[in-house]
Amino acid sequence: MKFPQMLIPAPLRKPQKPGTGGDGAGPVERLREAPADLVGWLDERTGGASFLTGMLYRKVPKGTNWFYTLGSATLFAFAVQALTGVFLAMYYTPSPTQAYASISHLTNDVFLGEFVRGMHKWGASVMIIVIFLHMARTFIFGAYKYPRELNWVIGVVLLILTMVMGFTGYLLPFDQRSFWATIVGVNINGTGPLLGPYLSDFLRAGAEFGPNTLARFYAIHMLLVPGLIIALIGAHLYLVVKLGTTAPPWLEPKRRMAILRRERL
Amino acid sequence: MADAADKTNGSPGDGAIVKPEPPGYFEGESMTRRTALTVVGQAVGGIAGAIVVLPAVGFAVAPMFERPEEHWESVGPTNRFTNKIYRPVVFSLVEGIGEAGKTTAYVRKGIAAAPFNEDPNSFIAISTRCAHLGCPVRFVAAAGNFICPCHGGVYDFAGKVIGGPPVRPLDRFQTRVRNGQVQIGPRYSVTSQLDPVRARDPGEFTGGIWNIIYPPRPSTPPPP
Repeated sequence: MKFPQMLIPAPLRKPQKPGTGGDGAGPVERLREAPADLVGWLDERTGGASFLTGMLYRKVPKGTNWFYTLGSATLFAFAVQALTGVFLAMYYTPSPTQAYASISHLTNDVFLGEFVRGMHKWGASVMIIVIFLHMARTFIFGAYKYPRELNWVIGVVLLILTMVMGFTGYLLPFDQRSFWATIVGVNINGTGPLLGPYLSDFLRAGAEFGPNTLARFYAIHMLLVPGLIIALIGAHLYLVVKLGTTAPPWLEPKRRMAILRRERL
Repeated sequence: MADAADKTNGSPGDGAIVKPEPPGYFEGESMTRRTALTVVGQAVGGIAGAIVVLPAVGFAVAPMFERPEEHWESVGPTNRFTNKIYRPVVFSLVEGIGEAGKTTAYVRKGIAAAPFNEDPNSFIAISTRCAHLGCPVRFVAAAGNFICPCHGGVYDFAGKVIGGPPVRPLDRFQTRVRNGQVQIGPRYSVTSQLDPVRARDPGEFTGGIWNIIYPPRPSTPPPP
């Protein structure tokens, strides 16, 4: 890419070779080509264009419909949670004595705080709902069958991780409801035989709900699980692109009839 | 492993092109230089990874194996409590967590008569933590029972389950008398026969095989 000459002050311009009077392109033409030049510069160094065109212009089966957008909807819900979560973390204090006050401050005093927190809070429910709709679509359309079983397994792990996000995030406002809900939730964990009591101790950082419990939940909620989710979403999408999507099941009889007809001919 | 087939490019027989031996090869060697370096490289990488990962994981799970110092708190003079009725006391179960670390216990004097058969000079402190899922129970004096608001667990005067979903009697706290003051100490759980065991979380059965299915945790002190 060439830096537009008109933006460079005259003394700093590279002197032209003798005998060349420019290539006839004015500054306007140069500017118009700048975006293409930038893309070209990146593509020459990454080869990303062929990857992107391969992904975006891949073939999809006949009969692909709006139900196939539920996966993208889940991804969008996650993106909303990630973005609003980062900004909420700028005001939140994960300390048992200050957590409630910081949430109250960011909700009531900070400009648009109520709106951003509302997006995170309600977005969590939206994400759970669309994830289940996406799962139902996959199940009802039979899209979990060979060779896509692994993607189903990854999806189930993602569902569980999303539930963990809901569980750990619920404690963070640290009001009476979240405190007691977390106590009950951790105790349900503890009823698992043999390992249950130890898992409860791990979650609470001790035998009782203590000062480290909130910090632990916060770290799990904003560092550990989001990292796992992002990595697994990458694997999930890679397999979707590699294996392609399935046609809706109601097209299957038609396909079989077409094969029969061809065989008869 | 460099054997004969390797050196002949996989085409045995006379006239086959003999693959040149790798530098340093000698007859009868059991491991090629390449294999040895791969093994050593992966071993070194594994050790380096373990040096980083193991301490970090140990750091995260350490609280499971640490027993916090026993914490005793005075809750009032001995003459404040009788063996007729429970008296609620509020004390700090966990320090450094503010109001959320406070909890309520119901305290009475021991009852010598059957079926209690307790030392009349001892004090009984019953935890308000429901043995179902950990909600706070309340002592209802008119009924003489502990009642849980969440899922309807009911316990009798001694803390034994008489209704609802709880799996064992209410937990207790160790008590002692110092300078005329009743002090409350660590929590312990009891079996359905009120035998003390190490503190269990709510929802976990106690007694018999259950003491193995829900094993005692290193983070809890031994029962009295």
